[in-house]
Amino acid sequence: MSDALVSLRNIVKTYRRGQQIVPVLAGVSFDIEAGAFLALMGPSGSGKSTLLNLIAGIDRPDSGQLIVAGEEIGNLDEADLADWRARNVGFIFQFYNLMPVLSALENVELPLLLKDMPRRERTERARLALEMVGLADRADHAPSELSGGQQQRVAIARALITDPTLIVADEPTGDLDRESANDILRLMQRLNDEIGKTIIMVTHDSRAAGHAHAIMHLEKGELSGREDVRA
Amino acid sequence: MLLALIFRNAFRHRLRTLLTMVGLAVAILAYGLLSTVISAWYAGADGASGARLITRNSISLVFPLPITYREKIRQIDGVRAITLANWFGGVYKEPKNFFPQFAIEPESYLNIYSEFRLTDEERREFLRDRKGCIVGAKLARTYGFKVGDTITLQGRVFPGNWDFVIRGIYTGRDAKTDVSQMLFHWDYLNETLKKRWPGRANEVGVYVVDIGDSARAAEISRAIDIQFKNSNAETLTETDRAFQLGFVSRTESIVVAIRLVSYVVIFIILAVMANTMAMTVRERTAEYATLKALGFSPLFVILLIYGESLAIAAIGGGVGIAATFPVAALFAKTLGKFFPVFDVSSTTVGLQMLWALLVGLISAFFPARRAARVKIVDGLRSIG
Ligand SMILES: Nc1ncnc2c1ncn2[C@@H]1O[C@H](COP(=O)(O)OP(=O)(O)O)[C@@H](O)[C@H]1O
Ligand SMILES: [Mg+2]
Repeated sequence: MSDALVSLRNIVKTYRRGQQIVPVLAGVSFDIEAGAFLALMGPSGSGKSTLLNLIAGIDRPDSGQLIVAGEEIGNLDEADLADWRARNVGFIFQFYNLMPVLSALENVELPLLLKDMPRRERTERARLALEMVGLADRADHAPSELSGGQQQRVAIARALITDPTLIVADEPTGDLDRESANDILRLMQRLNDEIGKTIIMVTHDSRAAGHAHAIMHLEKGELSGREDVRA
Repeated sequence: MLLALIFRNAFRHRLRTLLTMVGLAVAILAYGLLSTVISAWYAGADGASGARLITRNSISLVFPLPITYREKIRQIDGVRAITLANWFGGVYKEPKNFFPQFAIEPESYLNIYSEFRLTDEERREFLRDRKGCIVGAKLARTYGFKVGDTITLQGRVFPGNWDFVIRGIYTGRDAKTDVSQMLFHWDYLNETLKKRWPGRANEVGVYVVDIGDSARAAEISRAIDIQFKNSNAETLTETDRAFQLGFVSRTESIVVAIRLVSYVVIFIILAVMANTMAMTVRERTAEYATLKALGFSPLFVILLIYGESLAIAAIGGGVGIAATFPVAALFAKTLGKFFPVFDVSSTTVGLQMLWALLVGLISAFFPARRAARVKIVDGLRSIG
C-alpha cells in the first residue's frame, strides 16, 4: 500500500495526570498523501495537537505504528529523532515561537545551523525565504518590532528554509485577526500549490480549514470523518 | 550566531543582568580585598623575622633545653645557623629597675641578629671580655650607662650578685629594632653555674635558628620538633615574630573569621546568581523547547545556558578583579601603618577567577539540566 507520506496504524496515546490516566488517542489509523494540505479539526481537547505532535516527531505514541517520510519514527532514539525532525519537518506554532533576541533574518537562518553550510549561503537562503513570505524589507527587525501576522510569516520562512518533507502548523492563525489570518492561510495555500509542500494544519476554525484541500474531524480521540474541500 | 544568542540572551533583562553582574563584581572585589588583608596580616607578622625560628621547651618558657640540642638542630635540613639565649631576669639596684637581660653566645647571636649594630671595636671588645656585656641605646639613655661602666645585677632566676662591664652600646638597624635589652656571655653564666649549682649548668632557654628562607618556616619548625619528640625535653618551634608577640594564637581566629566572611560573600552571590539563572531559564522554557523541536540537541541548549551564565560571571568577575587593584591601593594608603605590605597577590587573583568561574558553572548546572530534560511538548505548552 504505502506511498503515503504519513501512515498511522492504531495509534494510542494516553497522558498521566497524577494517578489518573487520561486517554487522548484511542487507536487512530489514517494515511496522508504527499502534497496534501490537510486540516485537522475538532473541539478543544479532542487530541488534535497531540496527534500533530506525534506526526511531527516531538512526542511518542504509547502503541501503534507511525511511519512518516519513510521512517518508523517510533523506533528512533532521541538524537536520531532530532536529526529526522531537522531534515523532514517544518514547524509553525500558534504563538510563532521566534527567538526574541534574533532578527527576522537570523530566526529564519537558525535551522540551517544544523546543516553544516557556509555562513554566506545560510544568509542568502534566509533572505530568499524572507522574500518569499514578503518580508525582505524587515530582515533586520526583531520579532517584537513585527506584527503578529508578520511574525507568523517569519515563522513560515523558518519552516521552509530547510526544504522539509512536511510542514505542521498548530492553530497557525489562532492568535491573529481575520485579515492577517487570511494572509497566512493564502501563503500556506501557495506553498502547497506552487512548491508542493505537504501541510498538516490543526485548527478549530472552519473558515481556516476551508483553505485546506481536505479536512479530518477528530472527536474524543477518534476520527469522525474526512471530507474533501472544493474551492 | 551561537555567540549572538548567548550574549543577547544574557542582556535581555538588562537591569537584572546588570544587578547580578554588579553583585558578582562586588563579591569578587570583597573576596580579593579580604584575601589581601589576610596575606598582609601574615606579611606583617613574619616580614621582619620570618626567617628566624625560636625553639623552646614545649611545656613552658621557664623550662630549659639541654645544650646538646644545639648540634642536633644544626644538622636539620634548612638550618643555616643557630644561636642560643637564656633569660636572666636580674634587677639593677632596685626591683623597679627592670629590663630584659639575656645570656647569649655573642658571635653567633650577633650574626643572626644583624639588626643589632655595634662598631667593630665595640664588637671586638665584647667578644674578648667574658664578663663583658652590651646594652641597647635606649637602655643606656635611661640609666646613663657608658662604655666601660661596671654594672651589678642581682639575680632572681640565678641568685647572687653578678658583675658586668659594658663593652658596647648597640643601635638598631631601623625603628622596629628593640634597643632596650642587655646581652652578655652565656659562657660566663654557665661557668659560674657549674661552680655554684652544677645541676643547672649546660642548659639553654631558647635556641634561635636562622633558616634563610621564611617560606620553609613551618616545615623546618616541624622537623625540629619531631626530632625531639618523646625526649625528656620536647620542643616547640615557631617564628621569632610569632614567638615574641604570641601572635599566631591570638590572630588565628581573626584570620579564620575573615576567611569565613570571604566565603560567605561568595556563597551569597552564588545564591543570587543561581536564582537569576533559574528564573531566566524558566522564562525561556518554550524557547528551548522550540529549539529542540527544530532539531537542536539538548546539548546545544545546555551550551546556551552555560555560555550565558559564564558570560555574566566573566564580566562581573572581571570587573571585580580589575577593581581590586585600585581599591587595594587605596586601602594600602589609609592602612599602611598596620600593614607594611599590602599587595594583591597573583594567588588572590587566581582564586578570584576560580570563584567567578565556579559561580558561573554552578549557577548554570540545575537550570541547564532541567531545560535539557524537559520534554518538548511539555516545554511548548508552557507558553501563553
Ligand atoms: N503533556 C500533557 N500532559 C497531560 N495532559 C495532556 C498533555 N497534552 C495534552 N493533554 C491532554 O490531552 C487532551 C488533548 O489535548 P490536545 O491534543 O492539546 O487537544 P487539542 O489540541 O485538540 O485541544 C486534553 O485533555 C489535554 O488536557
Ligand atoms: Mg491544541
